[in-house]
Amino acid sequence: MGAIQNKLEQPVSDELALVQAAKRGDDSAFEELVRRYDRNVFRIALHITQNREDAEDVVQEAFLKAYGNLAKFQEQSKFYTWLVRIAVNEALMKLRRKKPERTVSLDEDIKTEDDSLPREIADWSPNPEQQYNQAELREILSKTIQGLPPGFRTVFVLRDVEGLSTEETAAALELSVPAVKSRLLRARLQLRERLGKFFQRRGNGVSNREDGNRARGDGKR
Amino acid sequence: MKCSEFLNELTNYLDGVLDEPTKAELENHLSWCHNCYVVCDTTKKTIEIYRDSQLYELPEDLRSRLRTAIMKKCQQHKKRGPERA
Repeated sequence: MGAIQNKLEQPVSDELALVQAAKRGDDSAFEELVRRYDRNVFRIALHITQNREDAEDVVQEAFLKAYGNLAKFQEQSKFYTWLVRIAVNEALMKLRRKKPERTVSLDEDIKTEDDSLPREIADWSPNPEQQYNQAELREILSKTIQGLPPGFRTVFVLRDVEGLSTEETAAALELSVPAVKSRLLRARLQLRERLGKFFQRRGNGVSNREDGNRARGDGKR
Repeated sequence: MKCSEFLNELTNYLDGVLDEPTKAELENHLSWCHNCYVVCDTTKKTIEIYRDSQLYELPEDLRSRLRTAIMKKCQQHKKRGPERA
């Protein structure tokens, strides 16, 4: 079983040239940066806010803020990482305004109980995603990831969906590398556990009744 | 290697950032521990399913509306001059 492959290797060679042109006042260069990253920013924002209108606002506010602060961008990090940090902050602010009764922070000390330890060890069908149509699958994936705390979901999305490195994720979220790693592990394990309910290999003629004991068996065949 | 130790290294293993001896130890564990094999395999599938899901795609019409709005606001910002801190 090999390592997973990262999906996107961002072409960074001309990113810096675009940023420098935009700094000199070339708006078409900035527009190119918008084109390059708007889909990523939207996805990240929607994952955090869980609300399409808020995500649209975040896209606009994040790019506008980046535009307004371009002179302050030091060019030591990637523009994209800097932009993601702005977008994550905007998205968290939206979330806080909506849920003032709950503090929403990426730094919050998320309980370290064994909430991520695997309980269901049953194997999945060979191509589990093919058991559902596209719309059903999206619904399952969306509902499942919404169940994670924002701090877990954001790390998972940046690392595993958007393909940022651990270091870039840490920089974008202003977290330490060990904190990113520990949240990523728990996010991955919790998602796996929750998806298992939909993707488990089902025996012939066996009812769909939840049966933890059966699923927890020793797995030896 | 115990299952809990395996689990601690799972993310590093899936990310392919382990040194060879540790990787070999993990793979040895995987070769006989069916539970860890299943957890590892289904975690990998979880990541792949999300990565390939195209969840939350930005529709093209909305995308161009947003871009137009962003660039318009940028122009306004430019005219007003940079805000004072």
